Amino acid sequence: MTVALEASRLTVRFGHFTAVDNVDLSIASGSRHALIGPNGAGKTSLVHALTGNVPIAGGTVRLAGETISNLGQAQRVHKGLVRTFQITQLFQSLTVLDNVCLAIFERERKTLNFWRNAGQDKAVIEEAHGHLQFVDLDGLAKRTVRSLPYGQQRLVEIAVALAARPRVLILDEPAAGVPAAQSEAIFERIQSMPKSLTLLFVEHDMGLVFRFAERISVLVNGRLLAEGTPEAISNDPRVRQVYLGRRGAHASA
Amino acid sequence: MAGLLTVVFDGVAYGMLLFLFSVGLSVTLGLMRFINLAHGAFGMVGGYVAVTLLNGFGVPFLLILPIAFILTGLFGAAAEKAMIRHVYRMPELQQVLFSIGFAFAAGAVANILFGPQQQPMILPSWLTVQVSVLGLDVTAYRLFLIGSGLLVGLLVIGLFNYTLYGAKVRAAVDLRRTAEGIGINVDRLFLVTFSLGAAFAGLGGALAVGFLGLDPTFPLKYLVIVLMVVAIGGPGSIVGSFLAALGLGVTDALFKYLVPEVGGFVIYALLVIMMVFFPKGIMERSA
Amino acid sequence: MRVTPEAGIGVVLLVAAVAAFFLFPGYLALLSTIFILAIFALSYDLLQGHAGVVSLGHAVFFGIGAYASALLGRHGIAEPIVCLLLSTLASALVAGVLTRIVVVGNDLTRLLVTLGVGFLFFEAANQANWLTGGADGMPDFEVAPILGLFPFDFLGRTAYFYTLAVLVLVYAAMLRITRSAFGLALRGIRENTMRMHAIGAPVSRHLALAYIMAGACAGAAGALLAQTSRFVSLDMLGFERSADVVVITALGGTGSIPGVVLAAAVFGYLKDALSSFSPKYWQLGIGLVLMASVFVLRQGLAGLFNVFRTGDRE
Repeated sequence: MTVALEASRLTVRFGHFTAVDNVDLSIASGSRHALIGPNGAGKTSLVHALTGNVPIAGGTVRLAGETISNLGQAQRVHKGLVRTFQITQLFQSLTVLDNVCLAIFERERKTLNFWRNAGQDKAVIEEAHGHLQFVDLDGLAKRTVRSLPYGQQRLVEIAVALAARPRVLILDEPAAGVPAAQSEAIFERIQSMPKSLTLLFVEHDMGLVFRFAERISVLVNGRLLAEGTPEAISNDPRVRQVYLGRRGAHASA
Repeated sequence: MAGLLTVVFDGVAYGMLLFLFSVGLSVTLGLMRFINLAHGAFGMVGGYVAVTLLNGFGVPFLLILPIAFILTGLFGAAAEKAMIRHVYRMPELQQVLFSIGFAFAAGAVANILFGPQQQPMILPSWLTVQVSVLGLDVTAYRLFLIGSGLLVGLLVIGLFNYTLYGAKVRAAVDLRRTAEGIGINVDRLFLVTFSLGAAFAGLGGALAVGFLGLDPTFPLKYLVIVLMVVAIGGPGSIVGSFLAALGLGVTDALFKYLVPEVGGFVIYALLVIMMVFFPKGIMERSA
Repeated sequence: MRVTPEAGIGVVLLVAAVAAFFLFPGYLALLSTIFILAIFALSYDLLQGHAGVVSLGHAVFFGIGAYASALLGRHGIAEPIVCLLLSTLASALVAGVLTRIVVVGNDLTRLLVTLGVGFLFFEAANQANWLTGGADGMPDFEVAPILGLFPFDFLGRTAYFYTLAVLVLVYAAMLRITRSAFGLALRGIRENTMRMHAIGAPVSRHLALAYIMAGACAGAAGALLAQTSRFVSLDMLGFERSADVVVITALGGTGSIPGVVLAAAVFGYLKDALSSFSPKYWQLGIGLVLMASVFVLRQGLAGLFNVFRTGDRE
């Protein structure tokens, strides 16, 4: 078992407030690993620390054995660590196709080219269509993101992340703000992702977590409370105590 | 040495005026996140009100100060209600466009009404006497400016730190939606705050006529240095503005005195350096 | 090869410009000024309309181009095209040195710093009157015939074609740049900088390149003005000149290349007609138009173009 993404004693502070406290995390290659915890537990801060969105107060992050803690977010993306955001972060007035193409251009470092017509790069455009086909949105390629309903925007967010060809993909509440029927569709797509891609996802909906996760890490008050298989976690008395209920209950967003 | 001390005195007086101008801008920026490049227009309004009252109607000097304060505040309230409150939510570019436009329009109107020349202000005799302080001879007006600035500074700090109104402002600066959630009428809060800011600027403008002069280029002339005060002091921080204003006022005066060939633009060089190294201001947000 | 709307409108504008040569032979100097203004506005549009960087000190590069050209002329390098290229290079170099200011800080600090840099250069030029002539400006520097063949004539014909030619080149270049992957990246930065980081974009590097390009182009415009008017003065560095292009891009529709050119023409014409007549009312008019522009017709003239467009581009 190789470790795709690993954090050791990771700590994040905002002023006097410690959002993430000495957290260890080890995600096996090809794993579907969920990160859960009550609101304010520090899950998103942990994700920010892994991807380089916030500075780390202590600890290290390693991607496939290589230390990346001192790299900027963009550099980590080029190493293969990509994330999606809890609140959709897309280029609203650009077309869906342009959103995905831009991710590909950046990946291939073709954005330094300021002379060649981007619309004539057949390879990039074809690949972009491919990613959109994966999320069943190819028919909407020429629409602006702004004109799409939120659920479809979440899917575009995933397509853009995939276009960056990640080795490890972190999904921060991929179905947040989306009606139940559409969140099913989103997770169905997530489940179809190749095994070569390692997935870490933050999620509140316990039903989805227990259906899709192979391993679960529980974060409470910035600390790692427990980690294990779904069965082990659902039977863990400390976890039950925190969630005030058994498997199936969820803390609403 | 005496010359140097006089310059420092002038610098302190200048700093007090800058503080008065920047108080409103600091709170507006921190509270409404509105980049108001036209804030100087309120200073100008206060100045012209003062000049009109003093020269045209012979109103006593001490009376024109509160009148300038109130009238400018009302003008600010009118502008806020009519136009400015719609601009808060607009993206940065639109805010810049609007406020530059406002500044241009205000300057042009002043030019049309009063002409491009400097406005004379005949200060009452009790303010033009020389007073001996620390062995120096300084004009009483300088002392008056410094005293007024300190008084207003204390009042403003008291207002924002020790009153219910101030607590509401600080809450809304921190988290607007939460503040609304606990029943604070944020729209009205903004209106009051904006008007107060305009009023203080107007007061500063009225005081500035006898020290800095007044003409239609006023809004843009002091724009950079007032923005600097706010940026360096940290938006939303009254104490920060006070210290930054004092520091910049004295620095500007000193450099103009000591190195007149470069003095004029040292202040801008300082701005660039500070912004490159301290992009968020020198004080962590606290009023 | 598909003719895009922008290229098509460009051709229309070019035809209009050439027609103006024959229809308004007495206004060639004004037309040259308008072409120069359009080049300056296009340079700013790259920075603000595409990359989303609001700068209130863009005239710095215009001024540097102008003064560089004048100084070269004073020291024996008077062939206009050579001067143009060297002045553009000078502006690009200064922009390169200053790139740090556009890549650090948030929107407020960037605004403030660009404003401060503008005043900094203005004051410095004012003080250094041994070099720049200070407030009096620099009136006498040599401007040789273009390529040794076409002297600048009294009627302004040479200047007209010279500035028009450069405008056409800049227009075409802007179309290419904005249609490239780099142009797409700039629009991405404008739309959502955070997302750009998250797809691995070297945002600082993109912004630096855009800034240098914009600075170089503005310098070219400044050099052209110096060469065609045979005079350089401090106002070429001043805040009003920086504000002019902010107004023009707002009117033309930020990010719309033909819109900006059209707006420059309208602005240039009105300014010439009105501001000498009554500068106070000109300033009032500008102020009111700016204030209104955030409420009505927010997309500027480009909003009118969009009516004729189909939904997608590229």
